[in-house]
Amino acid sequence: MRSMVFFASLLGAAAIAVAAQAETIQVMVDRLVYTPAEVDAKVGDEIQWINKDGLVHTATVKGGWEVNLPAKKSGRLLLQEPGSFDYICRYHPNMKGRITVRP
Amino acid sequence: MTIRLKTAATVIALLFAAGGAPAADKPTDQQIAHIAYTAGVIDIEAAKQAIATSKNPTIVEFAESMVRDHEAVNKQALDLVKKLNVTPEDNDTSKTLSKEAEAKRQELGKLTGAEFDKAYIDHEIAYHKQVNSAVETQLIPAAQNAELKSLLETGLKLFQGHQQHAERVAAELK
Ligand SMILES: [Cu+2]
Repeated sequence: MRSMVFFASLLGAAAIAVAAQAETIQVMVDRLVYTPAEVDAKVGDEIQWINKDGLVHTATVKGGWEVNLPAKKSGRLLLQEPGSFDYICRYHPNMKGRITVRP
Repeated sequence: MTIRLKTAATVIALLFAAGGAPAADKPTDQQIAHIAYTAGVIDIEAAKQAIATSKNPTIVEFAESMVRDHEAVNKQALDLVKKLNVTPEDNDTSKTLSKEAEAKRQELGKLTGAEFDKAYIDHEIAYHKQVNSAVETQLIPAAQNAELKSLLETGLKLFQGHQQHAERVAAELK
């Protein structure tokens, strides 16, 4: 039991160390628009979408990840792989964004 | 189709009614709030009918989107009228919309299967066109309160998306 607690705190420390280096990039979702629409990031960064609309949105990569963005709430995604990701809102596919992730 | 076009003309005529000159009879914010809310309720009711009737997953998914979005917008509209302390005011445009919706509901109620699906989605295209046109050319220009105007503008963008969505679904049915 004690060793598990010790292990957990080690993990916690590691997480803090990573978080300190990585960036959190904010994308506003307002009146059915992602701003900025295009984001440059690196592996380990986190995207935080802040949904200011009273509508449910998502950030969805077709055949890939999906982040739910409930009305007036935010959602997060940790970027784990490099690449260029075009995403849309599942419910309002006119909403478009792109994240370019460098290694 | 003729009936539908007549319907749109009726609503616009009502918005312009009395006095003759369009600018002379703009709806008040209380009336605008009532019209917008009523238009939302109508689409939610139609969607619920579709969810209960249709067996086509594309139609049901579309209808679920309508419920989700129009309920969200109507909630914002209610929050806004509460905040502004205004009372939505019933008016001829709202009454006409409701009356036509009831007639449509009965008409759709007689249909099932692919016939229902086609009639529902075609009406959704026409209805969103009609409402979008009224919101864009009548309600937004007439709205006095900035927050109400802003909500209508967001609503318009959203409902234009619904119209496109309905058009895609209709094309898929063919
Ligand atoms: Cu959306």
